[in-house]
Amino acid sequence: MIPTSFEYVRAKNLSDAFKLLGKHAKVIAGGHSLLPLLRFRLAQPDTLIDIGQLPQLKGIKKAGGGMKIGAATTYRELLESKELKALYPLIAEVTEHIGDLQVRNAGTIGGGLAHADPAADMPPVMLVLDAAFLLQSKAGKRTVSARKFFKGPFTTALKPNELLTEIQLPAPPKRTGMAYASFEQAASGYALAGAAALIAVANGMITRAELAFTGLADTPFLAPAAAKLVGTAGDELISQVAAAAVAGVEANDDIHANPVYRAHLATVAARRALTTALGRAR
Amino acid sequence: MATLFGSGIKRREDPRLITGTATYTDDVKLPGLLYAAVLRSSYAHAKLTSVDVARAKRAPGVVAVYTGADLKDKLNTVPCAWNVPNCDLKVPPHPVLATDKVRYAGDGIAMVVAESRAAARDALDLIDVDYAALDAVVDPEKATQKGAPQLHADVPGNVAFTWKVAGGDAAKAFAEAAVTVEQRILHNRLLPTAMEARAACASYNPGTGQLTCWVTSQNPHIHRFLLSVMTKLPEHRIRVIAPEVGGGFGSKIPGYPDEALVCFASMDLGRPVKWTEDRSENYKVTIHGRDHVEYVSLCGTKDGKITGLRTRVYAGLGGYASTAAPGIPTILHGLILSGPYTIPNIDVTVYGVYTTTTPVDAYRGAGRPEATFLLERMIDLYARKIGIDPVEVRRKNLIPKDKFPYTVATGLTYDSGNYQGALDKALSLVDYKKFRAEQAKARKEGRYLGIGVTTYCEVCGLGPSQVAGAVGFGGGLYDSALVRVYPTGVVRAYIGAKPHGQGEETTFAQIVADEFGVPVENVEVVAGDTETTPQGWGTYGSRTTAVCGSAVKVAAQRVKEKAKKIAAHLLEASEADLEWKDGKFSVKGSPDKGKSFAELALMANVAWNMPTGVEPGLEATAFFDPSNFVYPFGTHACTVEVDPETGETKILRYVAVDDCGPQINPMIVQGQVHGGVIQGIGEALQEMAVYDEDGQLLTGTMMDYAIPRASQMPNVETAHTVTPSPVNPLGVKGVGETGTIASVPTLVNAVCDALAPLGVTHIDKPLTPARVWAAIQQAKGGKR
Ligand SMILES: Cc1cc2nc3c(=O)[nH]c(=O)nc-3n(C[C@H](O)[C@H](O)[C@H](O)COP(=O)(O)OP(=O)(O)OC[C@H]3O[C@@H](n4cnc5c(N)ncnc54)[C@H](O)[C@@H]3O)c2cc1C
Repeated sequence: MIPTSFEYVRAKNLSDAFKLLGKHAKVIAGGHSLLPLLRFRLAQPDTLIDIGQLPQLKGIKKAGGGMKIGAATTYRELLESKELKALYPLIAEVTEHIGDLQVRNAGTIGGGLAHADPAADMPPVMLVLDAAFLLQSKAGKRTVSARKFFKGPFTTALKPNELLTEIQLPAPPKRTGMAYASFEQAASGYALAGAAALIAVANGMITRAELAFTGLADTPFLAPAAAKLVGTAGDELISQVAAAAVAGVEANDDIHANPVYRAHLATVAARRALTTALGRAR
Repeated sequence: MATLFGSGIKRREDPRLITGTATYTDDVKLPGLLYAAVLRSSYAHAKLTSVDVARAKRAPGVVAVYTGADLKDKLNTVPCAWNVPNCDLKVPPHPVLATDKVRYAGDGIAMVVAESRAAARDALDLIDVDYAALDAVVDPEKATQKGAPQLHADVPGNVAFTWKVAGGDAAKAFAEAAVTVEQRILHNRLLPTAMEARAACASYNPGTGQLTCWVTSQNPHIHRFLLSVMTKLPEHRIRVIAPEVGGGFGSKIPGYPDEALVCFASMDLGRPVKWTEDRSENYKVTIHGRDHVEYVSLCGTKDGKITGLRTRVYAGLGGYASTAAPGIPTILHGLILSGPYTIPNIDVTVYGVYTTTTPVDAYRGAGRPEATFLLERMIDLYARKIGIDPVEVRRKNLIPKDKFPYTVATGLTYDSGNYQGALDKALSLVDYKKFRAEQAKARKEGRYLGIGVTTYCEVCGLGPSQVAGAVGFGGGLYDSALVRVYPTGVVRAYIGAKPHGQGEETTFAQIVADEFGVPVENVEVVAGDTETTPQGWGTYGSRTTAVCGSAVKVAAQRVKEKAKKIAAHLLEASEADLEWKDGKFSVKGSPDKGKSFAELALMANVAWNMPTGVEPGLEATAFFDPSNFVYPFGTHACTVEVDPETGETKILRYVAVDDCGPQINPMIVQGQVHGGVIQGIGEALQEMAVYDEDGQLLTGTMMDYAIPRASQMPNVETAHTVTPSPVNPLGVKGVGETGTIASVPTLVNAVCDALAPLGVTHIDKPLTPARVWAAIQQAKGGKR
């Protein structure tokens, strides 16, 4: 478990980091996903650029009705923010269940999203919240919707010379309930299947419904079937919507769960998340 | 004076273990130390067509590179040391590095020695190996079938041995039986996962010709012998030191190729060499446990009397026969298949089978969990078939408490027991009747509650050396202690066993302190160094307290006898007139005129005034060889609720009643039971090593191999009964493995009981939610 040798550089500021970025360099934030790759020699960069301490990548700020989170903000810092919890209770709920204390102390939200593990817990949360990600490079910046960011297992819209610098969360609609339900793989703690849901109601009727899955397929994804709940009271429809959301999805197959069981778990998770979200919205 | 025996004092080993001040093998640092790394086969089964190490030899920092061809004549092959007789055992050569063929993914091919760990690791990538791939076979039953790939030239059908034991007349019993139940039972392959992985550090002194080897060992004296065999260095020139050992669970009993390799490299290079495994290497090359396919039948009467048991076992051995491997599925499994019951007719056939997988050897419980599981599982199936409560069936077949010593059909003679007592206690603690009522009510509400009750007994405290010899164990099974009293009255006990987490540094000090009437702080227990400890056989098979603890007791008694002689001399009295009270020998009737243990220690060590014919000094050595094994027993009960929608099992209560005789330290006993039960819950619910068809280990890291986590575990409620063993002076029985032995069937039976209304009868362990859900679906006739 010894990595190949590499240079280690602690970036002084963002432009310093951009200068070093390239084909043979990797950025490291908390290192919780990268170090295993290095130790298994699955990644063999010449240079590691440490961006974990860059003040420009840290912090949680209010912005309009929403919030902005620096990419190198740790899970622990997310949990400590009362404002974040008040506006997006779902983030705190999910973060508490990521890894253990050490993982949360060092792991960063940006690192997790950039790593794009298909069973990670945070991506579906970003999808239902309709977050946008600020990507920056020497050449400039661009904003990519979370819904266009996850391309496949461990693959994102990030280019090799780009950094994810900021997570932008729009204001949640009024009278919103959010929830996450997942089934953990016993060894890794990652989701065998998990679902995040967001539901807004007005006058007893659902005005917005979002549902996203993780662990189920090769990348976290938003399920369009949730839209069927809009304009209804929810309740009886929820089970149908949960089943429809999973139907036709090519579910992952591994030693921990075959596609039939995984799809079944995803359906249960979707139903539970939607039901809880609706309850919270009311 | 209050005795320490029976007192739950804190474990003295814990502060250093939990503050990081303990010294493990990998902590050993020596001047000029070199580091070794082993290139491991990436194929499960292949011919080696070429191994080219030229580039690796030229790499920066590399001092030497060895291949199988280089070492063929220099080192002997890795021995198997449990040559079970009468089973046509075939042990093909196991070279320390593969020469012509690799037989599991992880088999060693070359070793690099370099100035740093990193340089050694980097150089592995520069070795070019050409493999001619052969088919793999990972299932021990399939490996015996026609057309299966052959691992070893001289082992047709990959069958290493065919071992049988029979008692009574099983054929007749089955022919005449009113009821028969049959089940194919799989014992999932497990990865021992000691917190500390394995390591070895060797230092050869060319001047004296002495080799010192620090090694992660549960049995340093056995390691000295095995290293002597492999390195061809005589035993008296090898010193083995097992420093702090961070758990073993059986995986640090065997002698491994890499341990001999570092010894050789140090002898060859004249510099110390260290090798330390990482977790991935640990999962690939350190022994695995279990891996049986069993075909079991049990027969009996309609009213619950068991009349026969039959099993045919395919026990996977992996690519080579590891040190104790042949004895595990045979002696430690086949012979205990009567469990705590009076089963008159038993017939067992065990095939030991080579497969292209990591070698399999002893893992906590070693054979006895497999036996207990199949017996308990079969009894539940039988009870269900005849419609009688499974607890009643057990009660009907338990060996009565007035029948001990009791000889079972397989030939073992159980030392002592009161199985009904433990059963009654467990049933009352778990409130069996009340639970059954709750269960019935819950079922009406569509909820699935279940209970499993296991009555078990096991064989441990290994064991009489004569029996060891008779069953082909390549060593003795006595153990030893040297109790040395220093002039100031403080004491050290040097023991032949090697505790590595079980707490004997504390419990043995309690034994000695009681004997001498000194504060427990004045006694130290020393283990692990073959240079200072008398010949002993190590820590495994729940033997350390029963056997080595007894040696400590006997040695301490000898010391005290000598002290008494000196006391009589100094008090000018006859020994017969002395009494031992409050830590003093005094003349009966005049208690104020006495000699304390500390005074006698001083007088013995300075020897100014010794009785005629008595030598100076105050120490004694004892070798204790028990007259029989010990047979701890008990009843475990567990209640669960299964969520039929997801297949998840929630443990509601877990009650363990164990009888290990008198408890020296109840807190430590409780800790052993807790740990054992948790490990068993892992086996029952989530742990399984999985290979793909090509023999690649898919559960190669802890991201895929699910050892239990604290957050998932129930509160384990413990209680005990006390039935002393007549075979040792302490009356104690082992308790290191009972938890893993009893808990697995308890859990599985509870889940199967919960799902009985759905028609589920059996689920192969581990009972992951996925498997439980699939079983429910199958019972309902749905997709799974
Ligand atoms: C024991 C353990 C348990 C875990 N359990 C869970 C769990 O239950 N659920 C779950 O969802 N996750 C879990 N994780 C994963 C954890 O969430 C991620 O490892 C962590 O968030 C990654 O963040 P990091 O800062 O450590 O990233 P790093 O490891 O530093 O980086 C990860 C990858 O992202 C890249 N990267 C990092 N920051 C940026 C950036 N700003 N811009 C562009 N690229 C970047 C790196 O180059 C690297 O490729 C677990 C991890 C461990 C070790």
